[in-house]
Amino acid sequence: MLRAALSLLALPLAGAAEQPTQKPESLGEPLPGLELFRWQWHEVEAPYLVALWILVASLAKIVFHLSRKVTSLVPESCLLILLGLVLGGIVLAVAKKAEYQLEPGTFFLFLLPPIVLDSGYFMPSRLFFDNLGAILTYAVVGTLWNAFTTGAALWGLQQAGLVAPRVQAGLLDFLLFGSLISAVDPVAVLAVFEEVHVNETLFIIVFGESLLNDAVTVVLYKVCNSFVEMGSANVQATDYLKGVASLFVVSLGGAAVGLVFAFLLALTTRFTKRVRIIEPLLVFLLAYAAYLTAEMASLSAILAVTMCGLGCKKYVEANISHKSRTTVKYTMKTLASCAETVIFMLLGISAVDSSKWAWDSGLVLGTLIFILFFRALGVVLQTWVLNQFRLVPLDKIDQVVMSYGGLRGAVAFALVILLDRTKVPAKDYFVATTIVVVFFTVIVQGLTIKPLVKWLKVKRSEHHKPTLNQELHEHTFDHILAAVEDVVGHHGYHYWRDRWEQFDKKYLSQLLMRRSAYRIRDQIWDVYYRLNIRDAISFVDQGGHVLSSTGLTLPSMPSRNSMAETSVTNLLRESGSGACLDLQVIDTVRSGRDREDAVMHHLLCGGLYKPRRRYKASCSRHFISEDAQERQDKEVFQQNMKRRLESFKSTKHNICFTKSKPRPRKTGRRKKDGVANAEATNGKPRDLGFQDTAAVILTVESEEEEEDSDSSETEKEDDEGIIFVARATSEVLQEGKVSGSLEVCPSPRIIPPSPTCAEKELPWKSGQGDLAVYVSSETTKIVPVDMQTGWNQSMSSLESLASPPCNQAPTLTCLPPHPRGAEEPQAPLYPPSDPHPSFAFPPSLAKAGRSHSESSADLPQQQELQPLMGHKDHTHLSPGTANSHWCIQFNRGSRL
Amino acid sequence: MEGIASVLWFSGGCEPPESRNWIFAGSCHSPSTPANSTLRDDCPFQPPPAVPRLPGPLGRVSGARPAASPPTPFPPAVSQASLLRLHHRFRALDRNKKGYLSRMDLQQIGALAVNPLGDRIIESFFPNGSQRVDFPGFVRVLAHFRPVEDEDTDQDPKKPEPLNSRRNKLHYAFQLYDLDRDGKISRHEMLQVLRLMVGVQVTEEQLENIADRTVQEADEDGDGAVSFLEFTKSLEKMDVEQKMSIRILK
Repeated sequence: MLRAALSLLALPLAGAAEQPTQKPESLGEPLPGLELFRWQWHEVEAPYLVALWILVASLAKIVFHLSRKVTSLVPESCLLILLGLVLGGIVLAVAKKAEYQLEPGTFFLFLLPPIVLDSGYFMPSRLFFDNLGAILTYAVVGTLWNAFTTGAALWGLQQAGLVAPRVQAGLLDFLLFGSLISAVDPVAVLAVFEEVHVNETLFIIVFGESLLNDAVTVVLYKVCNSFVEMGSANVQATDYLKGVASLFVVSLGGAAVGLVFAFLLALTTRFTKRVRIIEPLLVFLLAYAAYLTAEMASLSAILAVTMCGLGCKKYVEANISHKSRTTVKYTMKTLASCAETVIFMLLGISAVDSSKWAWDSGLVLGTLIFILFFRALGVVLQTWVLNQFRLVPLDKIDQVVMSYGGLRGAVAFALVILLDRTKVPAKDYFVATTIVVVFFTVIVQGLTIKPLVKWLKVKRSEHHKPTLNQELHEHTFDHILAAVEDVVGHHGYHYWRDRWEQFDKKYLSQLLMRRSAYRIRDQIWDVYYRLNIRDAISFVDQGGHVLSSTGLTLPSMPSRNSMAETSVTNLLRESGSGACLDLQVIDTVRSGRDREDAVMHHLLCGGLYKPRRRYKASCSRHFISEDAQERQDKEVFQQNMKRRLESFKSTKHNICFTKSKPRPRKTGRRKKDGVANAEATNGKPRDLGFQDTAAVILTVESEEEEEDSDSSETEKEDDEGIIFVARATSEVLQEGKVSGSLEVCPSPRIIPPSPTCAEKELPWKSGQGDLAVYVSSETTKIVPVDMQTGWNQSMSSLESLASPPCNQAPTLTCLPPHPRGAEEPQAPLYPPSDPHPSFAFPPSLAKAGRSHSESSADLPQQQELQPLMGHKDHTHLSPGTANSHWCIQFNRGSRL
Repeated sequence: MEGIASVLWFSGGCEPPESRNWIFAGSCHSPSTPANSTLRDDCPFQPPPAVPRLPGPLGRVSGARPAASPPTPFPPAVSQASLLRLHHRFRALDRNKKGYLSRMDLQQIGALAVNPLGDRIIESFFPNGSQRVDFPGFVRVLAHFRPVEDEDTDQDPKKPEPLNSRRNKLHYAFQLYDLDRDGKISRHEMLQVLRLMVGVQVTEEQLENIADRTVQEADEDGDGAVSFLEFTKSLEKMDVEQKMSIRILK
């Protein structure tokens, strides 16, 4: 069985093809009579074995990564090859004959495309095009140089008698061998360089070269192969010309195929608005189609897929939904990683097959030396030429790394296996040499390149978070340079890039992007958006700890203390979708602040320290118990879901949804107005808060209009999912309270002590304490008021902060005037505003349980948030906004 | 032409001084006086020390500069080949053979019209509201974009910075933002730039939010505006030398 397994694994493709032919047999079997149990190994054999192999490879990967020490020293590719060797040895020992090797067909049709697609799709296009000249030079000139010099030198070696005479090969054979052994392998380079982390320029040059040289390799290999098959005597001058011409045909044709498919792909994804689910599939299908088409036309398939990925990414990313984007990303990475793992393992296994190769020390050693030497020489020569034209010359260290990073891999191996033994009598020797070269480059060079890079102090890639300033200024620089080139009258790189961008903006994007996607596409906006999300995530991750430990300095504080909050966060906040999550997160924030608070008031209310900490602990439990509760309340939840779904259909947006229920909305408005008025009377900072909320509404509505104009579909990716989860949890939360289980939300238990503490310290809190009690009896209002008190406490702690950080200084200086004065009018502000919603509630609470109070239950929270936001903006802390962002992420994840 | 071709130019302070810090090798001017250079008070740069000008030899002066003389002249703004090219271009742009360029001359460059920053860049050629720019002024602006070479970096601090130093490159960009020339990019100015750069798809509110955030991100002293120092800091990690250089001006 193992043998069968191996033999079939060797030919997954063939196995798959065989499958239908096996079926009739198995169908014929049951004829004798009905079987209780039937063993149908053959029916599942091929896919089963493929799956098993991938599983083995993945498990091996996991094992490798169990020890960080090993993987930090040894590249994964080395380990995999070694594992392959071991497995191959076992197979050899068991089966007495090597059953398996890396099949060229499998490799080129199934294993290579995912890797190339992954690298093309995620290629940093700007960097790539910035260095395109160098990449092309190394890929074309370098590969040609390597092929010819290596081939010729080997031939010279043979003429010198250093290669055993049994290696029957002429100049053409050696050139053929040189062409296949000269190409730097994308898989190997990627596997090794990804772990080395050299600087971006160096990486993109080596990696880009390895991708683009495929065209040259293919052409050289094919030309040489056909020359060998024709016999050197029959080769005519026109054939050489044809060979040169085919270089252009293969490379440009491959690129053209890729671009055509990229165009198709981008265009297709423009219309997937209503069938989001197939978006990721489309990406893979069309990219694969590009690969196969190019392969079919014997063009450079690698180039095709690379160009396809490179070309389509911008538009596809803009068109497809966020979840599809994530799916594409992960699927691509998974496939590529899988394929890479399998490739290296199979490489190891195939090396064991000694029947396939014949050893000749002279040839092997000569090849090793020559490829290293000529690679280095070629790099030095080309770099010298390139540096005459490069803005940033490549220095010596870069050249060393580039020379040393010229790894050979599975492509060379697959090509050498493809050779025809009848035409190339020295095939076995070539196979052995190739295996040695691949193993040497991957294992020896792969192992040593990391220490070498360290030792040479090669500039490493420094990953820094994008900032809006950088993004904006980078754009400015681009425009400045383009303008300067215009002024100078030199139509250089910047000029053409600028042209291209104009063209892209005017025509391509119009054609290939849906209208709603424009904004996402804008890079500055994109950075802005991502920054917001990152802030939110980091904030939520760190909770209040950051606040308490570093005295209000958050990782990206300047961005957090924005006066007018981000439109995205505002949108979410306004939509009220994140209400419950907000609550919980604010709870955590509060707990963090509470700790700080407790430190501040430790002498006065030391006894309260413990309860708070217990509260903090229960906060995490809170999540879990809530889950349990969720299950308990499944029925109610489902009911609500149904209703919400209906409301989705009628409204496409949360805001519309709230609008559709005018009464609560109105109360919300009223309340907001009340807050706004109070704020307005309270002077400038309040005023700011009001402006903020106003801006919020505006943003939301504009957003909404956009969506309206866009479609009537409920395809908005960000926001709808949020209602589900967020409200569901809020639902649950409140439901739990109705049922009287206080464990669900421990806050009511905790609240009574904490306000009393605050009361002692802060006189204006006394009203809040009453409020808390009142509201907790009301049960709907517990959490908001809890937040309220939490907020007030944190406010007090904020105010008592002795040394605010520098960027807080101005805002805090504007704070002291109003803390008491501002808080006091605020405290009375709530009692009148609270009854409002609570008047609307009780009936719904009493009768219909949760089901129809969904929106009204949300609204008060929302309303409670509104003043909070005002606070936040004054203090330049925006936990809530961050939270709502977090909601985006959270719910996106759960929406599928 | 010959004189101009071998022009040697010493860079000045933060803003191109009024006086021409140029020496025409052909005419062998004695040191021009940079003293009357109008440097604004808020300029973050020190006024350049009055460097005694040495007659520039023909060609690249970097090799020929007398290293011993205390205030050493530093490399020319632009190499001779580039100067020739620039002068060629200058004359091509100067349609009426006036000997200077007006705004109109630059505005006629088609691609500049579609450049979002085109107007501002044209404006940068005409400091202090002047209506014309002569060839030295023309080169002086473009010299900002000369790539930084190794020889430029190891300079003794006494020498005034060459125009293509990181700081001067940044300052050039900065003054494109800073329209009212108060040494700060206010929120409003940031918004204006953003409006130019960000596509129409982004609404005004969103733009304002971005502008706010951008300013706040860079704003360290909390004055609601980005000073040049803050501007520099916000771009600390960026390879400005590379991103603000054009090879052709080497």
